[in-house]
Amino acid sequence: MNLNWMAWTVPTATFFIVIFCLLVAMTVWEIRRPGGAPRVGLLRFETTRGDRLFISLLGSAYIHILWLALFPALSLWWAFAFSFLYALAVFRWV
Amino acid sequence: MIAKQQNQKAWFMVLPVFLLVAFSAVIPLMTVVNYSVQDTFGNNQFFWAGVDWFRNLVHSERFHSAFLRQLLFSGIILAIEIPLGILIALSMPRRGWGVPVCLITMALPLLIPWNVVGTIWQIFGRVDIGLLGYSLTALGIDYNYTQDPLAAWFTVVIMDIWHWTSLVVLLCYAGLCSIPDAYYQAARIDGASRLAIFRYIQLPKMQRVLLIAFLLRFMDSFMIYTEPFVITGGGPGNSTTFLSIDLVKLAVGQFDLGPAAAMSLIYFLVILLLCYVFYTVMSNIGMESTNHGGS
Repeated sequence: MNLNWMAWTVPTATFFIVIFCLLVAMTVWEIRRPGGAPRVGLLRFETTRGDRLFISLLGSAYIHILWLALFPALSLWWAFAFSFLYALAVFRWV
Repeated sequence: MIAKQQNQKAWFMVLPVFLLVAFSAVIPLMTVVNYSVQDTFGNNQFFWAGVDWFRNLVHSERFHSAFLRQLLFSGIILAIEIPLGILIALSMPRRGWGVPVCLITMALPLLIPWNVVGTIWQIFGRVDIGLLGYSLTALGIDYNYTQDPLAAWFTVVIMDIWHWTSLVVLLCYAGLCSIPDAYYQAARIDGASRLAIFRYIQLPKMQRVLLIAFLLRFMDSFMIYTEPFVITGGGPGNSTTFLSIDLVKLAVGQFDLGPAAAMSLIYFLVILLLCYVFYTVMSNIGMESTNHGGS
């Protein structure tokens, strides 16, 4: 199968593989502990662990874009580190 | 255990939809992500650009102004279409020969294709042969949507209201029709005013359909392309160049696929966030009122 038209690069492929692995991990987690662990956290509405993953990923995308807007000269790895902390916070408190 | 087994088998039912969505949405989206970090001069040859397109975009004046225009447009049409739709739905008859007449009249604008709506309003607003443009000019009002940004905005907003308020009306009407008579009888016994009936019976019962109407209208207006393209082409100047028109100019007009892909992704993220926020807020309001009703 020729995938040249999709113009794959190693970083984007890595990105999608990581997302795919996250989804697989979430599925395994759900099979082990069914129900999605719903709770009402900091945002005052009920979230399951799937919601928390969604909020983490979407928030991380915004953190990266804001980083590019506010600190264009600094490395994006800082944004990545902040996103990781943000995701941990979301899974702990949201 | 038995219930769990059934659940597992049911997942196979989702497989065709999953494949269809993968084919029509996920794979194209992946391609857009791949394009957004590269540059191309055609011939399927790509050069690594990293996050340059994103960096340029978030500092681009052109993108900022198109984004603000888009937000303003969606804000204006939602602020008009939702209250107007509720008002029209409330004044529509519930029984008798008026029902089909109103429903069909309301449904007519929804059946007209986007480019035809654009053409209708493009001609309707013309100063020389259009009824609206000619009448306004005859009344001494300075109206010319090809030269005046305010007139262009007025035309595009009125056109959208004409085209899409019906959708809000039909959804609200469906919500109103589903309210049992017992609620109105109880309100009559309590001597509730017209306003109280609206505030405490009709509005809460319409909440779900209003959520759908709000989301649909927001997403549609945020993606609007054809009608303003046909009426004004994004002009005069750039005054009605909304995000999608700007995106097409970038992707098809200038053939800058990398920057256009980066812009599509930011556009997509904005829509995703806004829809998630609206959906969460509105469904939580619904759940709270259900809980109050139950307690």
